[in-house]
Amino acid sequence: MDAIFLQFLNGLDKGGAYALIALGLTLVFGTLGVVNFAHGALFMLGAFCAVTVRRFLTMESVTLSATEKTPWGTALEVRVPYINTWFGDFGNVLVDYSVPISILVAIPVMLIVGVVMERGLIKHFYKRTHAEQILVTFGLAIVLQEIVKAIFGANPLPQPMPSSMNGAADIGLWLGMDPNILTYPWWRLVYFLFSVVVIGAVFAFLQFTTFGMVVRAGMADRETVGLLGINIDKRFTIMFGIAAVVAGMAGAMYTPLLPPNFHIGMDFLVLSFVVVVVGGMGSLPGAVLAGFLLGILQSFASMNEIKAIIPGIDQVIIYLVAVVVLLAMPRGLLGRRGVMEN
Amino acid sequence: MSERDNGFSRRKVLKGTAAGLIGTGLAPTVFVRGAWAQEFCNNPTGDTVTFGFNVPQTGAYAAEGADELKAYQLAVKHLNGEGDGGMISTFVGGQLKGNGVLGKKVAYVSGDTQTKSDAARDSAKRMVERDGAIMITGGSSSGVAVAVQGLCQEMGIMFMAGLTHSNDTTGKDKKRYGFRHFFNAYMSGAALAPVLSQEYGNDRVAYHLTADYTWGWTQEESIKNATEALGWKTQAAVRTPVGAGDFSQYLTPVLNSGADVLILNHYGADMVNSLTQAVQFGLLDKQVNGKQFQIVVPLFSRLMAQGAGDAIKGILGTTNWHWSLQDEGSQAFVKSFGAEYGQPPSQAAHTCYVQALLYANACEMAGTFYPPEIIKQLEGFKFDGLGNGPTEYRAEDHQCFKDVFVVRGKQAPSSQFDLLEVVQQVPRSQVEYDAAIFGGELGPYEPASVC
Repeated sequence: MDAIFLQFLNGLDKGGAYALIALGLTLVFGTLGVVNFAHGALFMLGAFCAVTVRRFLTMESVTLSATEKTPWGTALEVRVPYINTWFGDFGNVLVDYSVPISILVAIPVMLIVGVVMERGLIKHFYKRTHAEQILVTFGLAIVLQEIVKAIFGANPLPQPMPSSMNGAADIGLWLGMDPNILTYPWWRLVYFLFSVVVIGAVFAFLQFTTFGMVVRAGMADRETVGLLGINIDKRFTIMFGIAAVVAGMAGAMYTPLLPPNFHIGMDFLVLSFVVVVVGGMGSLPGAVLAGFLLGILQSFASMNEIKAIIPGIDQVIIYLVAVVVLLAMPRGLLGRRGVMEN
Repeated sequence: MSERDNGFSRRKVLKGTAAGLIGTGLAPTVFVRGAWAQEFCNNPTGDTVTFGFNVPQTGAYAAEGADELKAYQLAVKHLNGEGDGGMISTFVGGQLKGNGVLGKKVAYVSGDTQTKSDAARDSAKRMVERDGAIMITGGSSSGVAVAVQGLCQEMGIMFMAGLTHSNDTTGKDKKRYGFRHFFNAYMSGAALAPVLSQEYGNDRVAYHLTADYTWGWTQEESIKNATEALGWKTQAAVRTPVGAGDFSQYLTPVLNSGADVLILNHYGADMVNSLTQAVQFGLLDKQVNGKQFQIVVPLFSRLMAQGAGDAIKGILGTTNWHWSLQDEGSQAFVKSFGAEYGQPPSQAAHTCYVQALLYANACEMAGTFYPPEIIKQLEGFKFDGLGNGPTEYRAEDHQCFKDVFVVRGKQAPSSQFDLLEVVQQVPRSQVEYDAAIFGGELGPYEPASVC
């Protein structure tokens, strides 16, 4: 029972990442009708916001020691972080919390990246076929990857979580069990809560603000909203920026769980497209539902008891479920009639 | 008519005999050598000889690959007489003079294996066919090593393996044209087991997470055999895909499995991720079966330790070599590498540097680049001064035999490089085995085809 509960938790934190990326993909598709294969690259750029912030916070002044030598005979480099020079011990706290701090940087950066991407490139492909949109956004993703690779190298760059989040939370103790019966890493719980908050905020924004109402109206009938004198294109551009922010924040917060490299976005992109298709193209609740559902299924499929019956099932479960869902429900779990059916 | 007039004199007969003997005696080294030039792949005819460095520049083992390439570039410098000469001056049993190889300046080309067998084969093939590489060396994956070694055997090109730890590389998949300086999984198990027994006792329950390819399988088998011989039980051995990134779904079942030791048969970025995530799951804080939970990483490297940060503290494993060794050869290499790149070399860098030197030396000893002659020089070759004490390239399987090191993640590192401490230098005799136990056939000396 404990094992099942732990796999369920694991599915939730995996599903949180899938849902966040799929949500952004669906926002872009639902508003602009663009199948954005560069969305994974936005997740990757967000992750590298965290890397950049940490690099900035850990910049050091380097002086050569007059007395000490390295094992290879050169003068030892004495490194002093600037942050400690400027802020003393508080500098260590800033470095320790570099990942949460990077969210504050990722939000404006990703908003600008999203708006520039939409205005600079993607708007020119609105009237083209989906195949052309996929090609151009996939090309853009490769360009962004290569730029990041050229700047940061090909190796994964570990980003430590805040030291207070190290180790595991004793969930069993909260539920009245003996200590250390049911434990789960703190940061994974944080990530799950973070994904729930972000998803909730996006839905609330769309549901309870005038801006969101107009966007939803535009998603349902773009032409009519335009005829009412509303500049829907401008709002959709902002939605593209918001989708980029969601992906970027998801990427930045994921860095302590998986050291980012230039390819991290592509690794998530394929899964996220499956999530979007299973949830139903253009359906925001569908994307979230399918994200968590597939994360949980993938986690359960990794249990030894399941793999003993069907070896290798953990590697294919998501695609298998996608096939079954699409055979039974061709529009996905919560898909709408008429989307991508022309 | 005198004998002189007849043209028959003792002197003429002696001269003629001598000329005949010299003619027939020298023929193999003059004309046959010329004949080899026609027969073997990429026989260098100009004033340079080209080595092919096939290393992972992307993928899960890219960090090792970057260090390997640095080591090879340093080896080329030293072979060409540039820099301080590094290990050439400490190489006991070698004939290298720092004037290139057989009078030719060493040049190189490099390729990216991408840590994928097919990409590695393509890259090696390209370096042989397009760039004229006389030999291929490098790599940081046993899957890659086995694949490239097979290709090199087909093409009649020497393969000096880089970092490959699977028993198969010099076991069931061994090849006449392939040589491995690095140690293997069997040796890790043989070296590590006594230390595990001493540190954690003989009543333990182990859970293996294993990279799902040749290296992972053989390491899992070797460590299982070694620990079960101690009396340990194996709770489960779970295969994980290479480059999985997030191992949480495989770590979650460990928590309540009843195991009190997690053995991570992972390497490179996979090991960095799985170890870091295992520590995040609080495994090291757990008490199971009345014992403190432990994690073991049978194949350790300093580069991985750097990536894993604090997670490696106290973790036991084995390594082929470590930069803190105090022997003359290791010190010379660390000095050269450190002066060149501002950091100490990894074990991957060490094994690749040594392989480049060993190949060049074998050419010098053979007096030719003809691969079968080089192979004969390397088979059974005994040497010292290259960092692991007295070493032998066993003729039966082309596996190097030397001391192995059991290491532990340092609790209080003094620098970003000082992360591992050597717990024990395990003598060669303790890790030796009969070549027959892993089977395989080396294959013929003569190249099967000409490229």
